[in-house]
Amino acid sequence: MARKLPRKDAAIIGLGWTGSILAQDLTDEDLDVVAIERGPWRDAPTDFPTTYDQDELRYRFRHELFLRPAQTTFTFRNKMDQQALPIRSWGAFMPMNGVGGGGVHWNAETWRFLPSDFVLKTHLTQRYGAKFLPEDMTIQDWGVTYDDLERHYDQFEYLCGTSGQAGNLNGKIIEGGNPFEGPRSRPYPNPPQAQPFSYTLFAKAARELGYKPFPQPSGNMSQAYVNPLGVRLGPCTYCGFCEWFGCGNYSKSSPQTTILPVLLRKSNFAYRTECEVTRINVDPSGKRATGVTFVDTSGDEWEQPADLVILAAFSIFNVQLLLLSGIGKPYDPVANQGVIGRNFTHQTISQAIGFFDKDKFNFNPFIASGSIGMCIDEFNGDNFDHGPLGFVGGGYMGQVQTNGRPIQTTPVPPDTPRWGARWKSAVRDNYLSTVTPGTGVHGSFYSYRDVYLDLDPLYRDHLGRPLVRITIDFHDNEIKQNAFLTDKFAEIIKAMGAKQVAKQYRKRPYHVTQYQTTHLCGGAIMGTDPSTSAINRYLQSWDVPNLFVMGATAFPQNAGYNPTGTLAALAYWSAEAIRTQYLKNPGPLVHA
Amino acid sequence: MPEELPRRIACVAVASFVVASSLVAVGRAQTNEQEGTRLDPQNFVQIERGRYLTVAGDCASCHTVPGSGQPFAGGRSIETPFGVVVGANITPDRETGIGAWSDETFVSALREGRGHGGTLLYPAMPYPYYTKLTERHALAIRAYLNTVKPVHNAVVSNKLPFPFDVREAMAGWNALYFKSGEFKPDTAKSAEWNRGAYLVEGLGHCGACHTPKTTLGGDDKAHALQGYTLQGWFAPNITNDNERGLGGWSIADIVSYLKSGHNAVTASTGIMAEEISLSSSQMTDADLRAIATYLKDLPGQTGSSAATVSASDPTMAAGGAIYADECSACHGMDGKGVPYLFPSLAQSSNVRSTDPTSLIRVLIEGARSVATGGEPTGPGMPSFAWKLNDDQVAAVLNYIRNSWGSSALPINANQIGQARALAARAR
Repeated sequence: MARKLPRKDAAIIGLGWTGSILAQDLTDEDLDVVAIERGPWRDAPTDFPTTYDQDELRYRFRHELFLRPAQTTFTFRNKMDQQALPIRSWGAFMPMNGVGGGGVHWNAETWRFLPSDFVLKTHLTQRYGAKFLPEDMTIQDWGVTYDDLERHYDQFEYLCGTSGQAGNLNGKIIEGGNPFEGPRSRPYPNPPQAQPFSYTLFAKAARELGYKPFPQPSGNMSQAYVNPLGVRLGPCTYCGFCEWFGCGNYSKSSPQTTILPVLLRKSNFAYRTECEVTRINVDPSGKRATGVTFVDTSGDEWEQPADLVILAAFSIFNVQLLLLSGIGKPYDPVANQGVIGRNFTHQTISQAIGFFDKDKFNFNPFIASGSIGMCIDEFNGDNFDHGPLGFVGGGYMGQVQTNGRPIQTTPVPPDTPRWGARWKSAVRDNYLSTVTPGTGVHGSFYSYRDVYLDLDPLYRDHLGRPLVRITIDFHDNEIKQNAFLTDKFAEIIKAMGAKQVAKQYRKRPYHVTQYQTTHLCGGAIMGTDPSTSAINRYLQSWDVPNLFVMGATAFPQNAGYNPTGTLAALAYWSAEAIRTQYLKNPGPLVHA
Repeated sequence: MPEELPRRIACVAVASFVVASSLVAVGRAQTNEQEGTRLDPQNFVQIERGRYLTVAGDCASCHTVPGSGQPFAGGRSIETPFGVVVGANITPDRETGIGAWSDETFVSALREGRGHGGTLLYPAMPYPYYTKLTERHALAIRAYLNTVKPVHNAVVSNKLPFPFDVREAMAGWNALYFKSGEFKPDTAKSAEWNRGAYLVEGLGHCGACHTPKTTLGGDDKAHALQGYTLQGWFAPNITNDNERGLGGWSIADIVSYLKSGHNAVTASTGIMAEEISLSSSQMTDADLRAIATYLKDLPGQTGSSAATVSASDPTMAAGGAIYADECSACHGMDGKGVPYLFPSLAQSSNVRSTDPTSLIRVLIEGARSVATGGEPTGPGMPSFAWKLNDDQVAAVLNYIRNSWGSSALPINANQIGQARALAARAR
């Protein structure tokens, strides 16, 4: 029997980026807010201090900052007729654990989606006709537009001190920036990061091939910065320990380095760490959330009553909590009905590795940051004519190598033995003279009827709750898209002067052991029609109006960019709607 | 005002026991009435002034247990070189607090170190400084304390070992070190300077930490505010001394430090961080400017320390290599850090201070700078205790103390070992 705690105005599930943003905004409205976080407290000088935050074995290979599969995991399969099995060691993506969430270990690549991405279905149908899209593709418009979100993108970039070069200022194209981006109302708060040799060489080659390269927008500071909340960040040292690592130098934007110091000073904010929310409670009508139930580390169950519930866990756990709480109709791919679990997506990543003459090229690959790099956007979204190509979607591509870390970075040309003296000699010869872009081709992943989430009928977690079952595979569209993009990318690497280029296409089946990104999207998507979306354009549950669902969970499909900028902009957009509309008149903000 | 009545009766009752002082009390009450400072529980101006003075005097630091939710209920242990003294309950609780005290007793405790029934207080209660308070201010503090929630919490203040537990001995101490008397403005100086002097020498009791002490714990007045080590921290020289003090700081630098805990050069941690959090961050800019004006007018010491570490010393090469690997990412190869985020080692007088206690401690234990409303970031530095051995810590400290145009006395590995042992004991 759960013990009942005193009522709060708002309970926030998860204290990552979106939880922190909502907590900050709701406490500014004088609401009494509690955030309940499954993982531990995380703090730079104690959890990833500069004295050992560059321990590659600890953080990269032993997954220090991530969820332990023993805590909970997912089952996985490619096809609906297969038996899903539990993931026992993380591979394709890395679920975060603890305060700050993915904002602690991300690379801080802080992109905006293209204006056409938000009206994707309409846009592609108008340009190519409805028949151009694969029959089982279930892409949708978002219900919000780029223009709706512009000031919220701006808000997040200024919170983070994003370093970048504007390409479109109020409609005016700016040389050196991304000419394809939507119009931005003001420049980035910080200039772009410095770009070492391999990155500038990529930009030069791209320019010579007629592309318009630009620096990747980076949440790693190009200089010291103080954000609008008065929180300070220091300049990035280009240490190359960013993705999978916390930053002990206060150089990477994260909830810890941008919001939490201010939030913690507020008397109307409280948090509980190492408390796992097991259920969102609803009243007998099923139309009103009454709070949440959580379990602490002693296994004791507590009920936290709240007038407003903000679901701000990692995308896939948002879906799990909705399913376990009986909120919204579970998605049924056979009947093509229901919404919870629908339109689950990931990313389509590949790269081409360039091997250069070691006597002429020394790239010093260890000089890097999480979101350093020079990119082109000619092949993203619908920036190019898909008509003759027979697929839709695309991605940015670039030399975005995040590190030359010693265990991970052992590039050798194809046909080198996998071990032994010849392998060692090849590593020695190639370490400094190889370009290993990592997520060099960052392709979209559109949604399909048979790519979805539901509750596993067999496997349960330590609390006896069904695990989430992931059913996912690549479709022809993404495979074609990736082949096209990888070839284009390899041309640029070749033009840099590589003597050999190894293309690593993304292949079918989707493989759960090969890391791509942690950009799991969808599953409780936003939209304008309650029969095909779980939440409305303000991220408010169609079924339970005092429940708002944050995060990439809302993306109807994933674009060819990293998702954090967009999910943060959506969080600010939703917070604004709560502050200016919902709190004055609690109830549905959109009447379907 | 039904609540007011019993206290008045109590005052009379106390006064009737001590006839002489009751006469004085009546006389004072009349004077105060004429000045408009008589205690009136509805006098918001007086209570609010008292609240501000209570903050400026940092009373909460000793009289409130952090996180207890019981302001001024006492019970916080204060380490002194002679043993532990526990902060008294100064809420209006009549049995265990000061509710039953007359205003005169309160003023006497504050300014003369004599409590209820003439009990001699220990100078952990900084009455040698508070004696400079005007009576008007002392009464305002009383007026404010009358408004806080009474908490029933009996506190045994005296936990000192023999012979220091003999309170009567304080009479001798007072004869040696205590000079009673209200602050006398220096008419040759500006009003701002005088306000600063009043705050520094009186209410703010800066010398309690920053002035060296004699073996009996009295202020070494010849070296006032030139730095003293207590509770494992070195409270630095805060005179205008160029080499060891605040000579390199502008008035604005001092104000920023006291207000936010940070300025372009340094960040506050340790005991001072608490002072900033509880006291100076809540003071007016005008008062902080006054403090800065006064401190900038104190000449400090003359002459610099003798032996320093020469650039050719092998410890400098080793220290430089360690510095580049371990320190430069935040503090920069030029030692200048990042203003308001990572302290400038090149410009820090604390780094090159004669007494390196704080410096060694920060490296061994790590440190968290204070977070304030003005500077909420509160960045921290990790401990290097596990990573650098005593020789390496000494080398890197010698390097930062003797680089970028600075010079300071050498630190040896034994000092690091002692600090390490101290830190281990504290754990």
